[in-house]
Amino acid sequence: MRISEIKELLCAEILCGEEQVNSEVQYGFGSDLMSDVLAYVKGKTVLLTGLTNNQVIRTAEMAELSAIIFVRGKKPEHELVKLAMENNIILMLTNDTMYTASGKLYSKGLLGVQIDC
Amino acid sequence: MDVMQYNFNVEKDDFDRAGEASSNIKKILRQLGIDAAIIRRIAIATYEAEINIVIHSLGGEIDLEVDPSSIKIIARDKGPGIANIELAMQAGYSTASDKVREMGFGAGMGLPNMKKCSDKFEVESELGKGTTISMIMFI
Ligand SMILES: Nc1ncnc2c1ncn2[C@@H]1O[C@H](COP(=O)(O)OP(=O)(O)OP(=O)(O)O)[C@@H](O)[C@H]1O
Ligand SMILES: [Mg+2]
Repeated sequence: MRISEIKELLCAEILCGEEQVNSEVQYGFGSDLMSDVLAYVKGKTVLLTGLTNNQVIRTAEMAELSAIIFVRGKKPEHELVKLAMENNIILMLTNDTMYTASGKLYSKGLLGVQIDC
Repeated sequence: MDVMQYNFNVEKDDFDRAGEASSNIKKILRQLGIDAAIIRRIAIATYEAEINIVIHSLGGEIDLEVDPSSIKIIARDKGPGIANIELAMQAGYSTASDKVREMGFGAGMGLPNMKKCSDKFEVESELGKGTTISMIMFI
């Protein structure tokens, strides 16, 4: 799914990485647990999270996430945005909750990572 | 290629700088032209080890050693040590404080994930002395 389509579906504001709106992500992943992100993310992924501390960007850097969506309108500080820009990570902000934002993206075809049951 | 060694200091409770050592290690490995998939595994494992030093220990350091056949990460701290390593290795086991959980850590996934990311993984720990995690990835 294209970043520009995500932006539209979630009425999202792009905080940085505007120049990459035509890039695509393969999977979505919703979590406030960074170790789960580090353990399970694979491929070009957009992370939906309610956390807004620097460690979210560090996690994205290590796991090579393409983009992060901050849900329910939680705007990160400038310092975090700067760190994301240095690492070429797209940041978006939506007023939707994690559940609603995830549902909107999933129903339009953005799959999650498959974890064996 | 000679053996190359680097050392990074990691402070306890320093959440602003936590991850800097791993970030630097990732950049060094990229400059050395190491395979991208291997770099990602090392970055994730090193970052988990670094965060553990920040949130669970009194402070420590991370060594990076690169030789022609492998990359070695050694994360060493000054205590308090791990009482039961077998228990600590179980997915889901965590003693993280509420404050640490609010930061997004404390899922009890760090140590199992470090092991998964490494070709060789070893934890040594002594109460009152400290913990040393050694990880080797073959290149
Ligand atoms: N360097 C360390 N010094 C002392 N105790 C440690 C250290 N590393 C891990 N532990 C202990 O082992 C437990 C499990 O560690 P692990 O990294 O798997 O999970 P966590 O750090 O609690 O949560 P997560 O890594 O998912 O954020 C910790 O909660 C802590 O009790
Ligand atoms: Mg941990």
